[in-house]
Amino acid sequence: MSGLNELTIAAARDALRKGEVTSADLTEACIAAIDGAGALNAFVHKTPEIARERARAADERLKADDKAPAMCGIPVGIKDLFCTRGVASQAGSRILQGFHPEYESTVSQKLADAGAVMLGKLNMDEFAMGSSNETSCYGNAVNPWRRGNDDTALTPGGSSGGSAAAVAADLCLGATGTDTGGSIRQPAAFAGITGIKPTYGRCSRWGIVAFASSLDQAGPMTRDVRDAAIMLGAMCGHDPKDSTSADLPVPDFEAALTGDIRGRKIGIPREYRMEGMPEEIEKLWAEGTAMMKDAGAEIVDISLPHTKYALPAYYVVAPAEASSNLARYDGVRYGHRAALAQGDGITEMYEKTRAEGFGHEVQRRVMIGTYVLSAGFYDAYYNRARKVRALIKRDFETVFAEGIDAILTPATPSSAFGLGEMANADPIAMYLNDVFTVTVNLAGLPGIAVPAGLDRQGLPLGLQLIGRPWEEGDLLNHAYVLERAAGFVSKPAKWW
Amino acid sequence: MSIDIDTARRVAHLARIAVAEDDLPRLAGELSGIVSFMEQLNEVDVEGVEPMTSVTPMRLARREDVVTDGNIQKQILSNAPDAREGFFAVPKVVE
Repeated sequence: MSGLNELTIAAARDALRKGEVTSADLTEACIAAIDGAGALNAFVHKTPEIARERARAADERLKADDKAPAMCGIPVGIKDLFCTRGVASQAGSRILQGFHPEYESTVSQKLADAGAVMLGKLNMDEFAMGSSNETSCYGNAVNPWRRGNDDTALTPGGSSGGSAAAVAADLCLGATGTDTGGSIRQPAAFAGITGIKPTYGRCSRWGIVAFASSLDQAGPMTRDVRDAAIMLGAMCGHDPKDSTSADLPVPDFEAALTGDIRGRKIGIPREYRMEGMPEEIEKLWAEGTAMMKDAGAEIVDISLPHTKYALPAYYVVAPAEASSNLARYDGVRYGHRAALAQGDGITEMYEKTRAEGFGHEVQRRVMIGTYVLSAGFYDAYYNRARKVRALIKRDFETVFAEGIDAILTPATPSSAFGLGEMANADPIAMYLNDVFTVTVNLAGLPGIAVPAGLDRQGLPLGLQLIGRPWEEGDLLNHAYVLERAAGFVSKPAKWW
Repeated sequence: MSIDIDTARRVAHLARIAVAEDDLPRLAGELSGIVSFMEQLNEVDVEGVEPMTSVTPMRLARREDVVTDGNIQKQILSNAPDAREGFFAVPKVVE
């Protein structure tokens, strides 16, 4: 058996049940891997004591209960955006320095209840605002993948960059991520792993630091589709503490992985063929389409006419909601408060605290959001964007009503780029990373990124499948077929 | 529409973020770039379209109007940068 930290969740679950390994063994292997991977800067708060305690409890539970949940004893990483009781939860921001929540997010609580072992907190872009993990107060997370023999440090993507790096480098068996515009799927694609954003409302948002509440969803980031199905099942479910949480039963997602998609209709949206799209992405997309066809699916050309307007609509709606959500960081109840000068009043306290506590990108988005919500501009920007959002959702409803079962697109417009390469670029150039993923958030749909090949530099490329609302099981099954056909087994060569 | 320095100053104040006078021209430039990107939305015909309020059609759940939590003053204050005598402490608000 290879290193225990390299197992899939499914393999570890089966080995735990056969008594071939213990959760304590799995956990120690992961702790050692994390300690040896400082260069990746993926784990930013380590919790080995909590991990060892939970592993011990999981081993007892597995011994006593042969129906223990699938995640029992599985070591995972938690994105820093999730509040975890007594453990630093900073959302990658200076403004939450020293914050130790008195409560646990519903998703991390559900994982703990299922017996999962928390190894620590994972790096991310500040308040999940970024596509390269470069806005983090902890510094950049680094992608374990490199371009051939070139030792340029590459981004693991963002905002869930630490989660992607940790899973790809075998520091944990799975990790939580969150996705507001592509923050699970883009880093998954950059790191050669699987990431699913479920339907809006599947996972409770309670206890997850809010960025844009109408778009935010949590989801798992794992080595393969089966693991995504297993871990998603443990994360979702109705929660009365989140008023947008769906009161729907959670199906057995793993049981949906039949590998049979004969007769299913896969839509190929023509608007996703972007001008200047790298040839390799286009080729990968065509290959993915052929794989679905070979598996017996019917390929249908479809149109999602408002696709072009998704990014501008997103960059009105998301900053507007962020400006409102982030108003709570005022230096009064938690986190950082600036040192005040003689005579400073409460307004100076707010202004200095927020100037010191928020990084540049967060400040920019809060101010854009403030602008589009301000008197005189609310209708021109915010309301117009919400109308365009309704049209984007309608585009999807139309094709689903015509019988489309899933939609296949590229996951990202490029493979992982170098850290710092975009430093002097226009902010819009960075926003373009989300061009294929952001529509899914605006429409509230489930979407999954699956690694499907390597580019000529030896870096992973992903494809995205988009499913019908609440049909994550069906979506995962399509992804499972794609995964098996693509046969992606590459791993980054260990240099760290 | 481009954002001038006065507008940038006003937005920064509305957002309660201190921005040094020297940094305002750069900020105004960045915000203008993003706003002109958003202006693509003007190409879309939105006549008769209702602005989206909820991405999934659902009735807001109701619950019983009862107290479900409380008596946790210590936990509430545990992360405060300045807490005194059971209260959050802030600079003087009323002159």
